[in-house]
Amino acid sequence: MPISIFDVTGPVMIGPSSSHTAGAARLGRMAALIAGGSFFKVDFLLHGSFARTYRGHGTDFALVAGVLGMREDDENLPRSFEIAKDRGLEFSFGVIDIPGAGENTALIRFYMDGGKIREIVGSSLGGGRICIIRVDGIETELYCDNPTLFAVHRDRPGMLSRITSEVASSGINIAVLRCTRKEKGNLAYTIIEADDEIPSSVSGTLEKIPGIVSVILISPGGK
Amino acid sequence: MSLTFESLMEDSEERGLPLWRVILENEIDNFGGSEESVRSAMKSRLKIMSESVKKAATQALPTVGNLISGSAKRAEEYREKGNTLSGELINKVMTAALSCSEVNAAMGRICACPTAGSCGIVPAVIITLGEERDIPEDKLVEALILLSGLGAVVVENATVAGAEGGCQAECGVAAAMAAAGAVYLAGGDDNTCLSAFTIALVNVMGLVCDPIAGLVQIPCAQRNASQAVNALISADLALGGMTIPVTPDEAVAAMYAVGKSLPRELRETALGGIAATESARHIEKSIFG
Repeated sequence: MPISIFDVTGPVMIGPSSSHTAGAARLGRMAALIAGGSFFKVDFLLHGSFARTYRGHGTDFALVAGVLGMREDDENLPRSFEIAKDRGLEFSFGVIDIPGAGENTALIRFYMDGGKIREIVGSSLGGGRICIIRVDGIETELYCDNPTLFAVHRDRPGMLSRITSEVASSGINIAVLRCTRKEKGNLAYTIIEADDEIPSSVSGTLEKIPGIVSVILISPGGK
Repeated sequence: MSLTFESLMEDSEERGLPLWRVILENEIDNFGGSEESVRSAMKSRLKIMSESVKKAATQALPTVGNLISGSAKRAEEYREKGNTLSGELINKVMTAALSCSEVNAAMGRICACPTAGSCGIVPAVIITLGEERDIPEDKLVEALILLSGLGAVVVENATVAGAEGGCQAECGVAAAMAAAGAVYLAGGDDNTCLSAFTIALVNVMGLVCDPIAGLVQIPCAQRNASQAVNALISADLALGGMTIPVTPDEAVAAMYAVGKSLPRELRETALGGIAATESARHIEKSIFG
């Protein structure tokens, strides 16, 4: 994979660490996007180096800033605890051991307004890059650096072709396609990474299809 | 074809283009955009850099444990007295690097280059030279495009992470990038830029990553200041005609091999080097209990 000069001179970010601060903010923001909708409480369970060194690197401020929707270069990031309190968002930090996970991994548990609980696990990979590795107990692989469609659907024949044909009909080229599921016939995830932004009409149309639970579009934002 | 310094130089010769332009065109080919959009994105990074080289030079910023708070301001006040040993330019460059490190540790906004821990070196050299020599912004942007492209070769073939390669991979590579950029600003040709890059990396071979209490403060701030100076003197050595019988690709491979052979204690774990000294342990205990 070619390396952009802006991955070398960049990201523009709040210090002190691209993996422990910028990556953590991005992880929080992407996790909140995937959780979808509003939430009143968040638990952050930290694994590995995140668990050992989070206090010295502002990982805690960055994660809270991220779930509040702040970007990694937002100068309000160090004030995220106060901002969360002002907005009535409760949060807590704890430590967890996630076997096999990368050094900088967090399990983020969202308590949604409707009463549901969503659990998203992601790792900071360095240089501000991240990967969401688990959503509600199902393994996945979401890097969020390209325009991405994340669909949760029933595991049954024809779902994938419905999704890909809808994306194709909007004129978008599929760069990467991944499918995962936990057990046969239950829920499955389809991830599509595209070269260009996926229009919101795609998710609107797909969500009306029986068997599709939710469709989230992730835009990586400008460089 | 893999991205190496050799492949970039071959490309440059075949197409009759300067190295920075080859890098610019590769960027557009791989990631889209135009010359104008790449220049403009780099200009916005230059602006962030110019803010971070100044911010802590006039006011001390709070950092966890305040290990380096006020270091840039003190360096600036010392320089202003006009009686430094190593001269105006070197002291200006060190102050600028210290300021970026302090802004970074204080959770201010910086541009990683190539990492957050080493974010002071390239801005200190490029912005200070730009001011001292009244260099137009467009040329500074070209220097950043050039040095970022050289950094990308290191990312492709080795590492710029302290946890993988030690400080030589972070601050060392930043110094090498900055040295090449400095030569470009001084009007040197592409081969001289690459010589400066190689000399700077050779000068820092083996430097370990040993942050006190795991914080990006000490020795990171000192290493940002000293590696910014390494960049300047390496640029001068190259401009003065020094060549080195090692190619930049070989120097990067050597740096990577050295990094991999460093014990874990010396790769950003705060378990070795100055982080393991009694004084450092005392600081660690006073901050984290």
